[in-house]
Amino acid sequence: MSDSRSSMRTPLGRVRNLGASHSGTTDFWRQRLTAVAMTLLIVPVLFVVLTLVGRNHAGATQILGSLPIAIILLLFIVASTWHMKIGMQVVIEDYVHNEKLKLAGIMANNFFCAAVALASIYALLKLSSGV
Amino acid sequence: MTARIERPLSPHIQTYRWTLTMALSIVHRATGIALYAGTLLLAWWLIAAASGPSAYANLQAFTGSFIGKLIVFGYTWALMHHLLSGIRHFVWDLGYGFKANEREALTWAALIGGIVLTVLIWIIAYAIGGGR
Repeated sequence: MSDSRSSMRTPLGRVRNLGASHSGTTDFWRQRLTAVAMTLLIVPVLFVVLTLVGRNHAGATQILGSLPIAIILLLFIVASTWHMKIGMQVVIEDYVHNEKLKLAGIMANNFFCAAVALASIYALLKLSSGV
Repeated sequence: MTARIERPLSPHIQTYRWTLTMALSIVHRATGIALYAGTLLLAWWLIAAASGPSAYANLQAFTGSFIGKLIVFGYTWALMHHLLSGIRHFVWDLGYGFKANEREALTWAALIGGIVLTVLIWIIAYAIGGGR
């Protein structure tokens, strides 16, 4: 990146400490944190999904409305949407080289992940409180 | 004015001989992107359940159709593969499994394990729901 401001700092000096992302290894750490969380949650989540196979709406809402199942799914939703937000941001940063397009992409990514997360969480809370 | 230093760039992907670990690294990213889009299906499922019987019936009509089944099957594989491939990356993150034969073994395990788990899940799903 060309910087026209006069500075005594070298490009290398600027990129050090928290690096080009300005947030250090936060995303790297959270990517792994959410990955491990999902690895632990995947068996109960699969169990929940499989018990719902072939059930009608009444059967499904009864199961989804139960407290432990809702909590498992809520944890999984938070971990997965967070994980995918970081993952897609890495993909965008890798392939989109136009700075403005990149920022727009990262913004859209945040909107999408937040929308998926909140819509899913709201649906689960609604199911828990009895539709 | 900062001097732009022209450093050598690494050659593009076509230059390299294809290896298993390289191909599966690309598959890991591709399945990640597929799962990203697939969360729409998951969100739709929960929203439909919260909306009522007719919305849920619409969802089930879709997931029961050929295209729907194909998408859910693909989603299952992408999830299982990304999970096992991710565990493989985690092993590497911890500093293990870098010998040539270990790398290959981990990668084959993720590839085969992902397919096996997917088939297993669908067998269970059919046993429970009778193909719905």
